[in-house]
Amino acid sequence: MLKQTEGSHAIAECVSLCRPEVICAYPITPQTHIVEGLGEMVKSGELQHCEFINVESEFAAMSVAIGASAAGARSYTATASQGLLFMAEAVYNAAGLGLPIVMTIGNRSIGAPINIWNDHTDSMSMRDAGWIQLYAETNQEAADLHIQAFRLAEELSLPVMVCVDGFILTHAYERLDIPTQAQVDHFLPAFEPRQVLDPAEPVSIGAMVGPDAFMEVRYLAHHRQMRALELIPQLSADFQQGFGRVAGGLIRSYRTEEADTIVIALGSVVGTIKDVIDDMRELGQTIGVVSICSFRPFPSAALHEVLSHVRRVVVIEKSLAVGIGGIVSHDLNMALTGVSGVSGVSGIAIKTYTVVAGLGGRAITKTSLRALFDQVLRDELPPLTFLDLNHEAVTRELEREKSRRRSGPAAENILRDLGAVAAKIG
Amino acid sequence: MVSAAEMLSVAAFLENKHAQAFPSFGSERMGAPVMAFCRIADKEIRLREPVMQPDLLIIQDPTLLHQVDLFSGVPADGYILINSTRSFDALGLGDFCLGLRHERLCTVPASELALKHVGRALPNAALLGGFAALTEVVKLESVFAAIRQKFPEKIAEGNCAAAQAAYDLVLAEKVAAKLGGMVAEQKLAAQNA
Repeated sequence: MLKQTEGSHAIAECVSLCRPEVICAYPITPQTHIVEGLGEMVKSGELQHCEFINVESEFAAMSVAIGASAAGARSYTATASQGLLFMAEAVYNAAGLGLPIVMTIGNRSIGAPINIWNDHTDSMSMRDAGWIQLYAETNQEAADLHIQAFRLAEELSLPVMVCVDGFILTHAYERLDIPTQAQVDHFLPAFEPRQVLDPAEPVSIGAMVGPDAFMEVRYLAHHRQMRALELIPQLSADFQQGFGRVAGGLIRSYRTEEADTIVIALGSVVGTIKDVIDDMRELGQTIGVVSICSFRPFPSAALHEVLSHVRRVVVIEKSLAVGIGGIVSHDLNMALTGVSGVSGVSGIAIKTYTVVAGLGGRAITKTSLRALFDQVLRDELPPLTFLDLNHEAVTRELEREKSRRRSGPAAENILRDLGAVAAKIG
Repeated sequence: MVSAAEMLSVAAFLENKHAQAFPSFGSERMGAPVMAFCRIADKEIRLREPVMQPDLLIIQDPTLLHQVDLFSGVPADGYILINSTRSFDALGLGDFCLGLRHERLCTVPASELALKHVGRALPNAALLGGFAALTEVVKLESVFAAIRQKFPEKIAEGNCAAAQAAYDLVLAEKVAAKLGGMVAEQKLAAQNA
């Protein structure tokens, strides 16, 4: 049914339609509205046969989800930012044990300095934990991906993170189509666990594995993710058939026909990029955008194919690998060299530009993107760029640090420099 | 303010428009200045940047007028609606209004209307009623429907009454401004002749 609703609420409704049996909840901005919504649904009886468990921390949230999933219950939780870091050990365990938990990440930066706003640093920090990671471009897709996520997780016996831009999507009210229970039931069969803790048929899960077998177990985790590369497009096609709209898949291309420059991005910023691309196409500039929905597993072959004819690739990243630069672009470069071992496709060198943008909620505007892409088309962009970075403020802080040993905390210095009120007691 | 943007987006949705409402995510503390945005369009809205050049600006708390630069980005033909019992001139905005279209500038005592009809000084509904009268982007009936979706019946009816009262006031103010404008134009024409 079409309705005007908040992204978080739509996600809660779709998770509820997936008939979860255990929901572990610990609040953290900006995902809180999702578990609050689910809590209300359990309390009102709208969502039945579901244990809603308020836990004491994110570590407990994932630990309870692990226990519940191992006991054969469809399990769900959500978190963000420091919450994801706090549950990190259990996040790795859920994947290592092969438990099909679904978790929403309301993407938010990581401190210090503390910052509640959106970027992708949190989920990117867990990119190698063994979870499948899907990034939503719109709220409709965020809602739809959760339905696909449960089926994907359970078919592969792997946990899935659905990454949704905090505030930008979670707190936005938009026109959304919420499916019916019958549609979701038809798409998502009842959970049939591959492994289950059952007193009638005892097994142990999580045994110690020594050097003789550990490599093989880890390889199988990789192998299962590689299988997801086939399954994700299939599920997306099935979903389209049942629900009548496109959601998910490995990657999606927009106006990439005859493009010699392609922008690559994840999440909600793709919408803004599409508007910029339309403006530039009107002027005859051959530029397009590819959004990566499945970041783990990384869709190397699909990207290789779509980038085979381009000259330049611009990766817009809402995260920063401190000390090197890009995370997505690093993976992309590996994908491009993967087949031949030589950078570039079919012997043609592709210029890749890494653009770190939108950290800690810095708005990524059409104006800035347009100026950036114009620079790319003129081949004037450096390989690594920080979009809309205030270079003057940075230079002044570096000067302060040079001029005196006890220059003080950098974050507070920058705030004072910019005239914002620094957190100060007394 | 966040609820106002939300209800406005619902009103637009009920008229089969696309609408995107979202708050500016500032400090989460009582009393901090808060902004919320709403885009309304006939096609899907893909843009995810904050609204930096609003076609319409609603100012819920006029005490912010001389503290924060509220008007940056408002174009010369933009609409401005302020929650106040006072006129633009009385608010010290006379000079600012030069060059703007007077029939698009309005003040409405939304908090007072809310006190009267709802019992609490929550001006959202009244401001949306004023918005409907000022811009005609959404119908007053759609604002009523959005209010009724948001609140329980009794509170909704009070809010609808406040919205209706604000609608009537703004409509009257608009007509007066238009007439005033016409008179001024006629005077100017007479002088020029």
